[in-house]
Amino acid sequence: METTKVNAELQSQDSTSSPSGLKILWREIVRDKIALISLIFLVLISSFVFGISIILDQDEIVTVDLFAIHEPPGDEFILGTDYGGRDVFGQLIIGTRNSLAIGILVTLIAGFVGILVGLLSGYFGGHVDNALMRLVDFFMVLPTLLMVIVFVTIVPDYSIWAFSLIMAAFLWMGVARLIRSKALAERELDYVQASKTLGSSNLKIMLTQVLPNLTSIIIVTMTLQLAANIGIESGLSFLGFGFPESTPSLGTLISYARNPQTLEFRWWIWVPAAVLILLLMLAVNNVGQALKRATDARQRRG
Amino acid sequence: MWKFIVRRLFVTFPQILLLSIIVFLMAEMMPGDALTGLIDPNIDPAAIEAQRERLGLNDPWHIKYADWVSGLVQGDLGQSFRFKMPVSDLVGQRLLNTFWLSVATLIFTYAIALPLGIISGRWNDTWGDRLITGYTYVGFAAPLFITALVMLWVFGFQLGWFPTGGSVAPGLEPGSWDYFVSKVQHLLLPAFSMAVITTVSTVQYLRSEIIDTKQKDFIITARAKGAPESRVYNRHIFRNSLVPIAAFFGYEITGLIGGSIFVENIYGYPGMGQLFLDSVLLRDFSVVTVVVLIFGIAAILGALISDILLSIIDPRIRIK
Repeated sequence: METTKVNAELQSQDSTSSPSGLKILWREIVRDKIALISLIFLVLISSFVFGISIILDQDEIVTVDLFAIHEPPGDEFILGTDYGGRDVFGQLIIGTRNSLAIGILVTLIAGFVGILVGLLSGYFGGHVDNALMRLVDFFMVLPTLLMVIVFVTIVPDYSIWAFSLIMAAFLWMGVARLIRSKALAERELDYVQASKTLGSSNLKIMLTQVLPNLTSIIIVTMTLQLAANIGIESGLSFLGFGFPESTPSLGTLISYARNPQTLEFRWWIWVPAAVLILLLMLAVNNVGQALKRATDARQRRG
Repeated sequence: MWKFIVRRLFVTFPQILLLSIIVFLMAEMMPGDALTGLIDPNIDPAAIEAQRERLGLNDPWHIKYADWVSGLVQGDLGQSFRFKMPVSDLVGQRLLNTFWLSVATLIFTYAIALPLGIISGRWNDTWGDRLITGYTYVGFAAPLFITALVMLWVFGFQLGWFPTGGSVAPGLEPGSWDYFVSKVQHLLLPAFSMAVITTVSTVQYLRSEIIDTKQKDFIITARAKGAPESRVYNRHIFRNSLVPIAAFFGYEITGLIGGSIFVENIYGYPGMGQLFLDSVLLRDFSVVTVVVLIFGIAAILGALISDILLSIIDPRIRIK
């Protein structure tokens, strides 16, 4: 009687003294001032661009106005206009929204596929693992950027969704490898064996027991992936293989700088977008790095 | 070790084979074929059909694939739909340009990475280290195309130190000294802007490797034996940390391929990346196919070289 009570007490103490994975992540961000500032910056800028773009009319901003070509920044246009007389500031807001949205979308799709493949591969091991990892190896061999560009040009009906799917199709392998290695370690642990002995189905163990234990790792990789994906998307848009001009992204604005005249004399078109991409990627990376530290107890600051 | 190399080669060939199949299937999905650009639209469709049959364009895909591969092996890369000339002629000079760009980039990469990595690893948590770590932090996040644009803007246009486009000044005799100098001048800025970004991971690796090695037992032993600090670093720590870096250069090729597309586009440097983008825009898919294949094989061979070098350095890798 006594001992069970003590045990129960110990257990309840245990659960209060060792915080959950999400709490650890949160604590690490709060302790790391740069990460906290980055997170606040990200929240502010995304609520700003998503909020204001409800009022802002995308079609109106991307409408060509031949009487206002290459206006420098002034009263009418805060950041001047581009070669089509379109307001750069408005495009900047919409571009940030589009870049963020597509970055998140691609990260989610690629993350979903990566987690699925990684979890199946790591949890079952053996032949399943072998087969899936050969698939991953195969995708790793392909020159990603070139493949995305080629598929973007040959896909019949091109849309934002098609673009995200193409990008995701070549970017899920990293997540899959990471999740696999973690799941491989996880399946050797006693709780999995215990659960199996009790007759839980594999599906249940994977989804309700192994997956929750991988949450913090997943959050970390997805955050770091998000930064990378924003960079890749803006790079593709810069080359002209991302969004069409009617749906500007930050990369679209920078691509106007491929015109030497714009690069040299019309800084207001491309510099703000370049700075914004840099800030966004730095901020997402800062948060990601802080989260990454949090998953490794030796590196934690908090 | 030979066993490892042979085994590694057994992985490489299927990789190249798979790559070629994927590239081929991709080419099949692309609109247009070898006849598209060649024919006069007024020719009788039945004659075109006969010609297609004769050229084997109506064969099932595996026979076409076999034909294509046997052509490739014999050096026949096909015809450009647009320029009506053999793809190999289009590729030749550009491949060389990209090769030199990559070599220059690698030289810059290591020229930046070694001193910075060593300084920041040896004197970690000093001001110098913090500065370098800050640089790697920003460099890790900064997309290459923005860096390259800013470099072009600052050094090419504002300061005017470097030419802003092309691979050589016009009107120079190939083979002359001036020609060579002009080539190098055109290389420096693109290669440097690529290296500023690609070097970041090497600096980070070198730093953590040196810091790690510093705490190993054999370093304590060396110090206990009274070895002077310079000897401890040069003989014991750097040797252990630098060798893997040298072996990584094959993996760098993957990064160089992506980088060359952006950098060549921004600097108007006539290389493979530029050729790729131009051909995609012109829908010249026979060229696209060849470029993807060459880049893909380069990446596979790069990984092969690095794996073999690493296995020579570190016997633990030769498992299984």
